[in-house]
Order: sequence, then C-alpha cells, then structure tokens
Amino acid sequence: MSEELKVPTMAEYMAEGKQPEILFWVGSAGSYDDRAKKITRAFVKILNKANVDFAVLGAEESNTGDVAKRAGNEFLFQMQAMMNIEVLNAYEVKRIVTCDPHSFNCLKNEYPGLGGHYDVVHHTQFIKQLISEGKLTIEGNTYKGKRITFHDPCYLGRGNGEYEAPRDVLKHTNGNILEMKRHKRTGMCCGAGGAQMFKEPEKGDMDVNVLRTEQALETKPDIIATGCPYCNTMMTDGVKAKEKENEVTVLDIAELIANS
Amino acid sequence: MEYIPNIIFAAILVLGIGYFTRNIRKLIRNIKLGREVDASDNKGERWKNMARIALGQSKMVKRPIAGFLHIIVYVGFIIINIEVLEIIIDGLFGTHRIGLEVLPESVYGFLIGAFEILAVLVLVSVIAFWIRRNIIKLRRFMANELKGWPKSDADIILYFEVVLMCLFLIMNATDIPFQNMGHGNIISQFIAPWFEGMSEGTLHIIERTAWWLHIVGILIFLNYLYFSKHLHILLAFPNTYYGRVTPKGQFNNLEAVTNEVKLMMDPNADPFAAPAEGAEEEVPEKFGASDATDLNQIQLLNAYTCTECGRCTAECPANLTGKKLSPRKIMMDTRDRLEDIGKNIDANNGEFKDDGKQLLGDYITAEELWACTTCNACVEACPVSIDPLSIIMDMRRYLVMEQSAAPMELNTMMTNIENNGAPWPYNQQDRLNWKDE
Repeated sequence: MSEELKVPTMAEYMAEGKQPEILFWVGSAGSYDDRAKKITRAFVKILNKANVDFAVLGAEESNTGDVAKRAGNEFLFQMQAMMNIEVLNAYEVKRIVTCDPHSFNCLKNEYPGLGGHYDVVHHTQFIKQLISEGKLTIEGNTYKGKRITFHDPCYLGRGNGEYEAPRDVLKHTNGNILEMKRHKRTGMCCGAGGAQMFKEPEKGDMDVNVLRTEQALETKPDIIATGCPYCNTMMTDGVKAKEKENEVTVLDIAELIANS
Repeated sequence: MEYIPNIIFAAILVLGIGYFTRNIRKLIRNIKLGREVDASDNKGERWKNMARIALGQSKMVKRPIAGFLHIIVYVGFIIINIEVLEIIIDGLFGTHRIGLEVLPESVYGFLIGAFEILAVLVLVSVIAFWIRRNIIKLRRFMANELKGWPKSDADIILYFEVVLMCLFLIMNATDIPFQNMGHGNIISQFIAPWFEGMSEGTLHIIERTAWWLHIVGILIFLNYLYFSKHLHILLAFPNTYYGRVTPKGQFNNLEAVTNEVKLMMDPNADPFAAPAEGAEEEVPEKFGASDATDLNQIQLLNAYTCTECGRCTAECPANLTGKKLSPRKIMMDTRDRLEDIGKNIDANNGEFKDDGKQLLGDYITAEELWACTTCNACVEACPVSIDPLSIIMDMRRYLVMEQSAAPMELNTMMTNIENNGAPWPYNQQDRLNWKDE
C-alpha cells in the first residue's frame, strides 16, 4: 500500500497542546503482524475518510498484557497494565478504539481495577457509530451480492455480549450475509484464544481453526469476515488447509468497509 | 399397638431427614474449605439470574428437546411433592388422605388428577432420557469421564424416578374408596382393572405397600442426592445466584500480585527493607491453585452443583478436536478431590492429613489445562451458571507463577513481552512502522 495515511501520535498532539477525541490502540498484532498491519491500515483509512480526530501512542504503546494473563502470568500482565495505564493517564486519555477484541476486553474490563478507566470501543462498534452519525458513507458496490459469513470473536461476542455491531456494519457492504450453524452465543473459537496463538496445540484429532473453517465453508461463502487479527490468521490458515484459498478470502470488517 | 405404624413412620422420617441434614452440613463444611470470596454485590441482578436461570430454566431450553423433557420432570418433581406433604401428615397422624377432609372433593380430585397426569409425563420423559443415554448414545454421554460410576449414577437416578412414579400410580389404583370416589383417578382408573379379581384385603395390602415404599423411596432418594451428581436440584438455586455478574471476558486481577507489582514499580520502595515486625510469620499467599482448597467457595459450590450433563464439553473447541480437555471433567475432578479431602478430614478427627495428592497432576493434568482457548463456550453452555474456565485459569496461574511450568513457546512469548513489549521479538521503536509500509 502506498497511499498516504494520516496517523498523528499522542506526543505530537501534546506538543501542540491538543487532545484528540479518541485514541486508536493498535495492539501488538496490528503493529507487527504483516497480515494484521493491513487491517490497521484499512481502519486508519476509514478514520481518515470520516475525518476522525484520533491519535496513536506509536512507540509509547506496549503490549496490553492480555495474552500473558490468559497464559497464567498475572505478574507480567499487571506490570504491562500499570505501565500502559501510566502512559494513558499521563495523556489524559478518555476514549479508546481498537481492532483487537483481546485488547478491547482487557482495556475495558481488566484495566479499571488497576486504575485505568477508559471508554473502550471495538472498531466495529466505532464504525457503526460513524455510519449512523453520517460521518462515513459507504457506496457498497465492491461486495454487492457476495456471500459473506461472519465469525464471532470470542472476546467481543461471548466475552462482552457484542454480536450486533459487526453484523450491522456488514450489512452496508450489500453482501449476502450468511450465518454459520454456530454463531453469536454458540459461536466457536478460532483456536487462537487463551495464548494458543503462541504455542503448538495439544495432541488431538485436528486443529481448532480447521474445524471452525469447515463450519464456515458449510455456508459456501466467498468471504469469511472477521473482527480480530488473531481470528483472521487462524481462518486464513484454515482456508489454506482446506485448499480453498482461490475461492474464499478472509477479510476483516475494517477491510471490507474500507474497500466498499 | 395401633400407634406402631405412626411411630415407625416418625422414626423413618427423622432418620431420613437427619442423615440428609448431616450430609448437607458436611457439604457446607467442604465448600468452606475454599477461599472466601465476596459476592455481596449486585443483589438485584443475582436474584433475577436465579429466578430466570434456575427457577425459569431459561438455559435448559437452549437445547429444545432435552429442555422440554427436563421442564416436565422438574415441574412434576416440584408439584408431586405436594402429595408428599399429605403422605407425611397421614403417616404421622394415622389419617388416610387428609386432603379429602380439608378440601372439597372436586378440588382434591383436581389436584390428584393433575399429579397423576404429571406422573405419566414424568415417566415418559424419564424413559426418553434413558433412551438417549443407553440406546441413542448421545456423544456427550459417552465421554471417558462418564465411564463407570457416573454412568451408573445417571441410570440409577432415572430408575428411582420410574419406580417412584409407578408406586404413586399403583397406590392410587388400589385405593378402593379413592377409585369409588371417581374424582382425580384420571390415570389410575385405567390401572385399577389390572388388579381386578383381587380381594379387598389383598388390594389394601398392595395399596399400603405402595404407600410405604413411595415415602421410603423418596427419603432414600433424598439421601442419595449427596452421593450422586443429582445435587443440582437443590444447588442450582444458590449456584445461579452466585454465578458471575461481570462480562465473561473479564478475568479477576489477583490482588496479591497487584501489591507486589506496585511495590516493584514504586521508585521510593526500598528493595532491601526488612519486613515489618510480625510480618515474618506470615506465609505468603499461593498464586493460583494447585489443590481444591486453593479455589474459592463459589468454584467449589460449582463443583457440587454440576450434574454432568456435558453441554459444556459438547461446545468446547478443544474437546471437539480431540484434545484431552473436557470442562465437565474439570468440575467432576474438583468435586472428587474436594470429597476426598472431606473424607480425609473426617477420618483424621477434623484435621487434614497430607495424602500426597493434589488436584493438579493427580486429577487434572497440565495437558488438559493448556488446551483451553478461554473462549467461554463452556460457561455460556452451562444451564446452571458453572464456570469451569475460572478453575482452569487459577490452575494455569499456579503452573506459571509458582512452578514456572509454562510450555516453552509461551515462555518465549512472555520473555518477548518483558523485553520489548510485544509477544514477538520486535523492537518497540518499530511499533509505528506499519504507517509507511
């Protein structure tokens, strides 16, 4: 991608004595993972298009500690959390948006107990708000009539009860939205949660992401939509494992909207 | 001499209820072996959850067939127990069908008629349950952790209910004055002809036998609860009350860790400071859980409440892909371990004697714990608000923080976070590179 993105940092805002409306928490995957970086860029494209007054922490952002906590390392989690809270509170951050449901859950639910109180929204919720406020208009031609199935991220859906925002946003692509048998409350994990992303799975008959991809393929989709960088990786790998990469694409909702 | 049956009845009743009370006390004592936990918040929401989930069975019907059958058995169980009240009064005072003396014949007939219909519906449902377990062999009833006693336990409960319902109907069918009355014998009138040709004396003996076996059976069933998976008929109520009221994604922050981390990050803290006077005696709190008694009291209540239906395991992505983890087994193991600890305490005059065992390793293996994706599918699936995930997490915490026994790749990931603030070995200064790529 070569197009110019406007990505101001909190430090730059501070230097000008200004405060952005919202902080975009990029997260570790969104910052370093090659696939997730595309999601990050797509979301910024949306933010730029809607003229959202936002900033990122840049090099001042550090891992939320979420994955350390799920791995059982409460020490490391709390150290990360307290360091991040110091930075966030120093910048007087009030509102945060993130493309990662794990960061979303952690910042929203687990930081308050350690002194970090913010209004945290997931990017699908934020996009929904931009659309309903008329700040973002979507032509909806690119994916018109395409068969799209949405895979619920555990930490957005079951973890925080948000099932509708991603679906509401998806409607604006004018795609044909299909539900898997297991969706919303009974949606099945992609297999990356609970620090599984970073380790080999235990012995079993198959990998979780392959089973989940099979469930998604039952809807005969053109596109599997995700709302989490880790789900995206797992589903992409699953589609490759089923040798369907020529027929099915895995895209984040931010990408679908940015291209629509 | 004429009071002998009354005395026998009273004795059986006292014995039955007494033994039950004794076991319930034991159960409460065992639960109190767990860590204390504050659940005094959100009272309104908690009562609502109890009304909706336990009383209203809202989560049972997520699986419509099982849910419907369960509601019949549940409603039948509660309503038919009104009849037990009559039996107890009759038994103690030597009356016969005291209800007829206090209620108009039509009202009494309506009540008993309703009980008879429910009894038949319960019978049908229980037989359907038996077929699901023993003929259709649903996957979730065939898992490894159900082999042996749990399987027999489940069947015994169903047989109990069949026998109790049959005794109730036979008791009514052989009660000549009741049949002659013609009110309320909606079902039993069709059973009465089976006994045709028998003398009045024989019928009376059959009726009395069915009556006695019915009430004795109920008392045995009551006492069987503690030794079976069936405690949920009582514990579902407190368990749904104490179920979590925070978002499922939110895991608790360990306070003991917070204190240590704050101290570490405090620039004014003296790392060489001697502990405050008297503090040396304190044993530092264990991080996470390695045994049942390290868990909190709600987690232990969860273990006693589990009725091993396996809806959790049927939704678990790890289990569905052949991993060893089964959330149901986590709950069964926790209860087994807690029971073993309780028995150990009873055998050693109220003091636990080290038996060289613990929940971690001897009951639940690290392999099971590491297979969890923390997706909350099990928590969502449980019809009585049990949280197997919190137990898995507490045991992972012990493995990592007390034993440094995380899988190697996770140690690498955590070292990366410590060193450069990301799970991968990338430089923190490069966090914004995506902007120009």
